[in-house]
Amino acid sequence: MTSTALPSRFGAPPSFLNYRFDAAYDEMFEAPAQPREHYQSLHRTLLGLPPEELRKSQQAADLTFLHEGITFTVYGGKEGTERIFPNDLIPRIIPAWEWARIEKGLTQRLTALNLFLRDIYHEGRILREGIVPRELIYSCKHFRREMRGLNIPRDIYVSVCGTDLVRLPDGDFAVLEDNLRVPSGVSYMLANRKVLKRVFPKMFRDYGVCPIDHYPQALLATLRSLTPENCRHPQDPVTVLLTPGVSNSAYFEHTFLAQQMGIELVEGRDLLVHDNVVYMRTTAGPRRVDVIYRRVDDDFLDPLCFRRDSILGVPGLFNAYRTGNVTLANAIGTGVADDKAVYAYVPEIIHFYLKEEPILPNVPTFLLTDEAQRQHVLDNLQELVVKAVGESGGYGMLIGPHSTKQQREEFRARILAEPRNYIAQPTLALSCAPCLIDGEVESRHIDLRPYILMGEKATLVPGGLTRVALRKGSLVVNSSQGGGSKDTWVLLAGNGDDRVAQLNDDVRKGLVGRELA
Amino acid sequence: MRPPRNYFARTFQRDAGMLSRVADSLYWMGRYLERAKHTARLVDVELQLWLDQSPEAGAGRWRFLLEALRIPTTQAAVDSTALLNTLVFSRTNASSILSCIAAARENLRHVREQCSTGMWEHLNRLYLEVMETRPEEGWMLKSHAFFHAVEEGAHLFQGITDGTMSHGEGWQFIQLGRYVERTDTIAALMETHFKRVAHPADQPVESTEYLEWVGLLRASVAFEAYCKAFTAEIRPLRVAEFLLLNPDFPHSVRFSVDRINAALHVIGDLTERREKLPTRIAGRLRAQLSFSQIEEIVAEGARSYLENVRSECAQIHAAIHQIYFDYSIESELAS
Repeated sequence: MTSTALPSRFGAPPSFLNYRFDAAYDEMFEAPAQPREHYQSLHRTLLGLPPEELRKSQQAADLTFLHEGITFTVYGGKEGTERIFPNDLIPRIIPAWEWARIEKGLTQRLTALNLFLRDIYHEGRILREGIVPRELIYSCKHFRREMRGLNIPRDIYVSVCGTDLVRLPDGDFAVLEDNLRVPSGVSYMLANRKVLKRVFPKMFRDYGVCPIDHYPQALLATLRSLTPENCRHPQDPVTVLLTPGVSNSAYFEHTFLAQQMGIELVEGRDLLVHDNVVYMRTTAGPRRVDVIYRRVDDDFLDPLCFRRDSILGVPGLFNAYRTGNVTLANAIGTGVADDKAVYAYVPEIIHFYLKEEPILPNVPTFLLTDEAQRQHVLDNLQELVVKAVGESGGYGMLIGPHSTKQQREEFRARILAEPRNYIAQPTLALSCAPCLIDGEVESRHIDLRPYILMGEKATLVPGGLTRVALRKGSLVVNSSQGGGSKDTWVLLAGNGDDRVAQLNDDVRKGLVGRELA
Repeated sequence: MRPPRNYFARTFQRDAGMLSRVADSLYWMGRYLERAKHTARLVDVELQLWLDQSPEAGAGRWRFLLEALRIPTTQAAVDSTALLNTLVFSRTNASSILSCIAAARENLRHVREQCSTGMWEHLNRLYLEVMETRPEEGWMLKSHAFFHAVEEGAHLFQGITDGTMSHGEGWQFIQLGRYVERTDTIAALMETHFKRVAHPADQPVESTEYLEWVGLLRASVAFEAYCKAFTAEIRPLRVAEFLLLNPDFPHSVRFSVDRINAALHVIGDLTERREKLPTRIAGRLRAQLSFSQIEEIVAEGARSYLENVRSECAQIHAAIHQIYFDYSIESELAS
């Protein structure tokens, strides 16, 4: 959305004339012209909105993003190409009872994944019992042998997680992807909310939306709860955010979070290790660092241990970590659990460690190392989505129905060459939500990325980043591939709703959290 | 004078010191901006003086300009267009106006979260303005507007910085950079000047020499302030005294060194390193300037005195670097 196109876009009140329905679940409508209960008020507001006001609102929103520098960097373009992350003004609404399920499901899932990570880096029970094949783990690019036998605070490997959820055609949420390494986007969640509150103050108030503004505080509390045992001031650990630097695509988010949490934003060259202790170089001399919220990938963390050509990292950091003098969040080697082939085993993993049924299902996944499944996939490439197991951000993907013959042949060859590197899933019709496109309300595909924090307790801030595939018919929501985002409103539970009475209580306190066993 | 600090209020601050990289960036941003401003001013004044003189005098003046700006003179004959290019637009000359402003912006970009939005917006705008300027035919003769814009841009930036940024340690490092650079540039300018004028006398001068001394005053933004102090009668000895020893004029050497001292004291307090090297060298230089008399200085040789000022200034710079930015961890942890 460019601001230059604005004046001509809003000639008439927004209409739903071009709103298309397809097989996908629709967030707003039960049936054409029949909005779901929790969307009725929004529907009315949209229909009654004077076009001039809508134009002004969009302009005000765009300006806010521009002025506050809420941008991301596009790789491959000119040096320092910064863009606004396109924002859609129509909020996505999730009723309290649906959220309660998401919350329970994600907490369960992350609890199990943390137990899984501890296990595979220690005894390996799950491998011994043959629930997850040994070779699958050891062949994973993100498996870190260096982590074997290493004890970390509270046994929490993943403390910051952003899980991608999609709706299945029947409306149930399912997990598409666990992002357990360095998930990003949370600053856009907060920025979207800030803008929407300004644009629709009355509607926001009338709807009763759960607050999310405490995220930075909750993140800081989570990080501090992971203070290493031999920290000299356990009440007041020195916590820093480690960024790869200005040219990283999420640099805005790094500065934003550091500022909001009131901690130092450091680069690799600000840190140094002496006698296995990490210090940051300050004008008052070296200051010992206890907890590092790192936004640098494993590979680049320590040139002595991982990639030797990394200049983003800190030489000796891993040894300091091994010694237990510093906490890294997330831990090293968590990527093994969000490998897309390991993903297929998560329901069994939950079962194995928690003796519970998964609350949120997986999307059906074909493992290409299995001969029968591979053959099925190769025969049906046109209907399936093929993903590289170690990639993220929408790179290295084949979307069968939108692919050319040449692309399919290319992927066929790649799969045959390295079956372990790929998985396939049915093409999901991501659910649709109303978006404001050129002054009209049209439907676009969306997903949902809630952010889960795991420290002394699990914290889910009620909301998340709803990503939108702004191109008509597109199923790719990644910001690097032309996606946008919209605010996500989780509603406070209404009276008499038993399913969420408990949740409601916690939400009122401003923190949704649960003690871990 | 160092502003009095409320030590009670400081106890809310958790730890002493800021990231060395950030302090380093702010310091250099201050230096680069001051350098860009000084270059713009000096070149502008020289171009105006050039209009008043015979064409033959030109070549010598250009050499003087390069020397005063501490740029190594090349063997080749200097023509005015090439020279302007070097001083204003060159990418290879790290001290050209364009390079300085680009470097100042780059330094600020890396520590953007430390500065106010206004600071960033203004410096970014100045950068874009300078980048858009092209040295076209005849540019030299109408360049005044450009130099004026650079100078004004730098002044505005200083104003925005002072008005919107918290005057904490980071701000002090910007001050430090600005005044270290100013001390050095003014001292270098005077040193070059003393090479080509006769022994400064306490007598009014006329014609050519008059123009030179007025040029020196104008290049230091000091003409009006000098006139207020000593009337429009240009006495070289008083000019030298004014630029070197005046405690109140912001572009005098002594004023700049006083500011360096003030900034170093506050930083020393904030970082608990008051007794360290930079404070000591700066204090020594300050004492020297506070208790010197111009007659003595001239009698013993103004140029060697200025050389000494510059060498002390370089030592302050090195000491800041060594104590605050690039210290050896082993020795720090041992102490």
